[in-house]
Amino acid sequence: MSDGPATLAAITARPSRILSVIREVLSRPSGFIGLFLIIAHVVLALFSPFFAPFDFKAMNANAILLPPDATHWLGTDQLGRDILTRTIMGGRQAILVTAIATPLAVAWGGLLGIYLGLVGGRLDDILMRVVDAFLALPWILKMLLMIVTFGTGVGVLIPTLAFFYGIPVIRIARAATQNIVARDFVLAARARGHSRGSIMRRELFGNVLDALMVEGAMRWSWMLLAFTSLSFLGFGVSPPTPDWGLMIADSRNFMAIAPWPAFAPVIALSSLIIGINLTADALAKALGIDRAQAAVH
Amino acid sequence: MLRIFIHRLLLGIATVAMVSGIIFAAVEALPGDACTAILQRDASGERLANCRRELGLDRPAATRYAEWAFGAVRGDLGISAHNNKPIASLVGDRLKNTLLLAGCSLALGIPLALFLGVLTGLRRDKFSDLAISTIAIFAMTIPEFVTATVLIFVFSIWLGWVPGIVTASASSSLSAFFPGIVLPVIVLTMVMTAHIMRTVRSSVIDVMSSDYVQMATLKGAPYWQIVFRHALPNALLPAINVIALTVGWLLGGVVVVEKVFNYPGLGHYMIDSISDRDLPVVQAIALIVATAYVGVNLAADLLAMTFNPRLRTLKARSP
Repeated sequence: MSDGPATLAAITARPSRILSVIREVLSRPSGFIGLFLIIAHVVLALFSPFFAPFDFKAMNANAILLPPDATHWLGTDQLGRDILTRTIMGGRQAILVTAIATPLAVAWGGLLGIYLGLVGGRLDDILMRVVDAFLALPWILKMLLMIVTFGTGVGVLIPTLAFFYGIPVIRIARAATQNIVARDFVLAARARGHSRGSIMRRELFGNVLDALMVEGAMRWSWMLLAFTSLSFLGFGVSPPTPDWGLMIADSRNFMAIAPWPAFAPVIALSSLIIGINLTADALAKALGIDRAQAAVH
Repeated sequence: MLRIFIHRLLLGIATVAMVSGIIFAAVEALPGDACTAILQRDASGERLANCRRELGLDRPAATRYAEWAFGAVRGDLGISAHNNKPIASLVGDRLKNTLLLAGCSLALGIPLALFLGVLTGLRRDKFSDLAISTIAIFAMTIPEFVTATVLIFVFSIWLGWVPGIVTASASSSLSAFFPGIVLPVIVLTMVMTAHIMRTVRSSVIDVMSSDYVQMATLKGAPYWQIVFRHALPNALLPAINVIALTVGWLLGGVVVVEKVFNYPGLGHYMIDSISDRDLPVVQAIALIVATAYVGVNLAADLLAMTFNPRLRTLKARSP
C-alpha cells in the first residue's frame, strides 16, 4: 500500500503519476512484453475485419480440414472455413465484452467496498454476508443461470460479468480502505468535519486506486477465462461468429486426424491472457502491491 | 475460543441459509419448472396443471422453499425431474467421483506447492524463482480447457500414453477411473499448485525478512535450522486458508475440466442438468457445493486459530 508521498502525488499531480506508473511498467521486461501483447490483440480485434484474407463464415465443401498451405496459411476447419481469418477475428467478442465489463466491475465493486470500509457497522455486516454467500457459489453456476434465463447476447454478458466479477472487488476495496481509515490524515479530515463523500473522494480514492488497478488487471484475465470457457462449453458466443473457445471446442472432435485447427486459437488466447498477467504483475511490482493475495476464482 | 467457535459456526450457517435463498430465488426466476422439464412438448393446459398440482408446484414459493430447505437438512433432496430417481443417490455417485478427482489432485498438488513455494520464497528474485513464478502465473490463468486440449493432444493423441477421455459411468467403481483420471488430475494440479505456491512464496518472504528471523541469524543459528525451526512453522500458516479455497474450488468449480474429459463428477452433472432444465438437481448441487465451500473455509479458519493465538479475537478474523 502506498504511503504519504504517493498519496500527495496522487492528489496533486495525477496525470504525471499515471505517466510515471506506465513508464515504470514499461521499464520491466514483463511489463513491456505484456503491454505489447495486449496492444497487439486490441489492434487486431479492432481492425481485423478490414484485412482478414477470407470471409469468416464462408464454407467450402472442397476444402475441409486442409492442412496449412499457400492459400490457407493456417489450414481450414471442418466446414472448410479459413482458420487464419477466424483466429484473428476470434477475440473480438471476448475482448469487447471483457474490456467493457472489467472497468464496470471494478467501479461498482470498488465504490461499494470503499463505502463499506468507511462506514462499517450493521450495513457492512449484512452486505458482507451476502458477498460471502455469492462467493460460495461456483462462478460457472452463477453465469449459466443468468445465461439460461436471459440468453447469451452481448447485452446480457456484459452486465452479468460486471456484476459477478465486481463482488470479489468489494472485499479487496473494503480491506484496502480499512487499512487507511484509521490513519491520521483520515482522522484529521473527520475532525475537520468533512462529509463521507468528501472523505471518500479526497482521502480514500487515491490510496485505494493502486490496489484497484492491479485487481482490475487480474479481473480482466479471470473474465476472459470465464468468457472463453463459456464459449467452449457452448453457452457463450453462438456460431458462426468466430470465437477462440468455440474454435477449440470444434477442433477437439477432429484432433486425431487434423490437429492444426486447435493450434492457432490456443496460441492466440494464451498470448492475450499471458500478456494481461505479465502486465498485471509488472503493475503490481511498480505500485508495490502484493499480488499473491488473490483468491481462487 | 469456544465463543469464537460458536460465533463462526453461526455465521457459517447464516451464509449457507442465505446461499440456499439465493439459489432458490434464482431457480425460481428461470423460465420453466420441473413440470415443463418432465412433460417437455406436452407441457400445456390440463396436463401441465395436473402435474403442477401433483408435485405441489402450485403452492406459494415460500412454502416450497421451506419444504425444500427442511428436506435438504434431513438429507432428502427431492426427485430428479429427468428420470424420477431420488436426487440424493444420483448426486451421491457424482460427489464420490468428484471427491476422488479432488483427492488425487490435492495429494499431488499440496506437497508440490509447499515445496515450490518454500523454494521460490527462499530464492527470491533468483533465476529459479523467476522461472517457477512465471510458469505459475501461466498455469493459473490460462483456461483449463486450453491446457486440457494441449495435454490431450500431446499425451493421448500424439504419444498415446493415456486415454484422452474417461469412459467410466457415474456409478462405476473407483478403480474404473484409472488411467483416464490422470490427465484431469494433472490439469487441476497445475492450477491449484500455482495458487498455493504463490501464497506460500510471499509468506516465506515476509517471515524471512522479519525481525525474529534476523535475530536468529545474528545470534549465529545455522541457516537450515532458521528455515525449518523458526521460519517455516509461521510461514506455512497462510497456506491453510488458500488450501481451503482450493478445496472449495475443486468441489464446485471444475465444471470445465470434468466436461472436457467426460468425467462423471458433480460439475459435469450440474451443467447437464442446467441444459436439461432439471432444476431440482441444479438446486441440490448448488446447495451441496456452497455448503462444502463454507464448511471448508470455516474449518480452515478454526485450524489457523488453533495454531495462531493472535487470530483468536472476534474482530481479528471476521471477514
